[in-house]
Amino acid sequence: MVILMMTSDKRPTAFVISRRTSPSKKVRRENFVGWLFTLPALFMYAFFVLVPFLLTILYSFFRWNGVGPMTWVGVKNYMSVLQVPNLVGTIFNAFWLVVWFSIIPVGLGLIVASVIHRVATGRFGAVARTVLFLPQVIALVAAGIIWGWLLALPGLINQILKAVGLGVITRAWLGDFHWALPSVGIVGVWVLLGFCIVLLQTGMAKIDPSLYESARLDGASWFQEFLAITVPLLRHEIGVCLTVTVIAALAAFDIIWVTTAGGPGNSTSVPGIQIYVLAFTQRAIGLASALAVMLMVLVVIVILPIQWLTRESAQ
Amino acid sequence: MKVARGELWAGRALLLALMAFTILPFISIFMTALHPSGTVPGGLEWPENPQWINFVTAFKMAEMPKLLASSIFIVLSVVPATLVISTMAGFAIGLLRIPGSRVLLFSFVFGLTLPFQGIIIPIYFLERAIGIYNTRVAIVLPLIALYMPFAVFWMRAHFVNMPSELSEAARVDGATTWDLFWRIHVPLARAPVASLGILTSIWTWNQFLLCLVLVEDPTQRTMAGGLGAFQGHYANNVPLLCAGTILILVPTLVVFMLFQRQIIMALIQGAVKG
Repeated sequence: MVILMMTSDKRPTAFVISRRTSPSKKVRRENFVGWLFTLPALFMYAFFVLVPFLLTILYSFFRWNGVGPMTWVGVKNYMSVLQVPNLVGTIFNAFWLVVWFSIIPVGLGLIVASVIHRVATGRFGAVARTVLFLPQVIALVAAGIIWGWLLALPGLINQILKAVGLGVITRAWLGDFHWALPSVGIVGVWVLLGFCIVLLQTGMAKIDPSLYESARLDGASWFQEFLAITVPLLRHEIGVCLTVTVIAALAAFDIIWVTTAGGPGNSTSVPGIQIYVLAFTQRAIGLASALAVMLMVLVVIVILPIQWLTRESAQ
Repeated sequence: MKVARGELWAGRALLLALMAFTILPFISIFMTALHPSGTVPGGLEWPENPQWINFVTAFKMAEMPKLLASSIFIVLSVVPATLVISTMAGFAIGLLRIPGSRVLLFSFVFGLTLPFQGIIIPIYFLERAIGIYNTRVAIVLPLIALYMPFAVFWMRAHFVNMPSELSEAARVDGATTWDLFWRIHVPLARAPVASLGILTSIWTWNQFLLCLVLVEDPTQRTMAGGLGAFQGHYANNVPLLCAGTILILVPTLVVFMLFQRQIIMALIQGAVKG
């Protein structure tokens, strides 16, 4: 602007155009310095993220044990991932985990957050939020170890079941083919529920209270209020919760590694676990890479629609 | 707001039940940790003679002093470097709007969806090739890089909202780009930088997969990585395993109690922006 005014005796439009097509030395220098600012971040990101990303795709087309020569096999590794039951099963298990890691924490989180919002706004609510949030800050490995013990045969869960007269269904939960996956899922609920509650409640606090007041004047019940006001206005926050928890489910590793390591059999094996086992114990680098590529594609396919639906409504 | 009495108590009861669900696991491992080493107690039993010595034993066996030193070293290497380089990049992309900043931003955002497992295999081979495998640096460098998508995105979100008048005024006074960054915008960015620091510290402290794959020696890992190794050795000694887990949790819990407001805020904002 300043330059324009100083040179107003010349034709300003022409000046602007010429300035755009060939930037002055000063502007070019500034841009150069600006690029220098991004270089450290860009270098680290390129070297340790983008290059490995491309290499994963490259490896996925070869048969390779990590030391010997690499043999080109085309899409054979991908065919194996889709056909071998142990491998394609990991993808089904990952979707099962989504129910436990996402649907339940987000659904239950919505209900609990609206309860906190309605009945516990004071000190009790603050304490409840802090306590419920606690599992989110501890290492997932620690959560896994704690629950590994709780779900063991002499552990707390079975003790409680016996105490309430359900002694017949006690078992070593993590060693049971049918119950291992839901048991691991419970650990996910424990870790993620508090996070969802706090995030959703923060969103609820932003909703105009007069909306609730007028609803209550009309005699709306908790449930009517919940469906008509809370859920629609919280779309964005719900989307965020779903995104975070779905990624946690599809890319689960730590909790499962320390509780079951994928067992018994392959009943709790998810892509993250199988990638590790294939690559670092069975030395099937190509196959592991193909599964890794499919995991990355899967995450994008699931996340994009969630982002899409919630971005739009946030406007 | 007026709420019916019955509903009030029902709501509070639900909250109390959930709080119990959250807290009981901690109480259970605490009680278990006090039972004689090598025994298999029940899930929630107070022992006849609490064996406080278990904590000392676990402290020695897990090589806690080394593990703590290692974790602190890793956090102090990763977090400042992440903050500095992501603030610089966020400044260039969000505020200077250098040519190509949209492409740059997009390439960083792309990284937000990448799970660590997706790229861990080539990182392993790269690190063997450049000779940093099985050192702390093997965890530090990829972690900084893996934080870049989120960190750059986070800092850009701050800088993009700064009024441009501020920069223009400084430019008129003859400030260089570096002055603009260091004297004007870094001091104003304290709050988002602090939140980012909290987030990356927690994530680093709890990092497991990178430790497992890239470092064989547990004493060169982070706390979570060390705990994983400890579990491998003492899986059958439940009281000792619980004692070790508690020891490893204590630093996190203390920090959470001290900074709970900031931590909760940072994690929530981090998710909303990310």
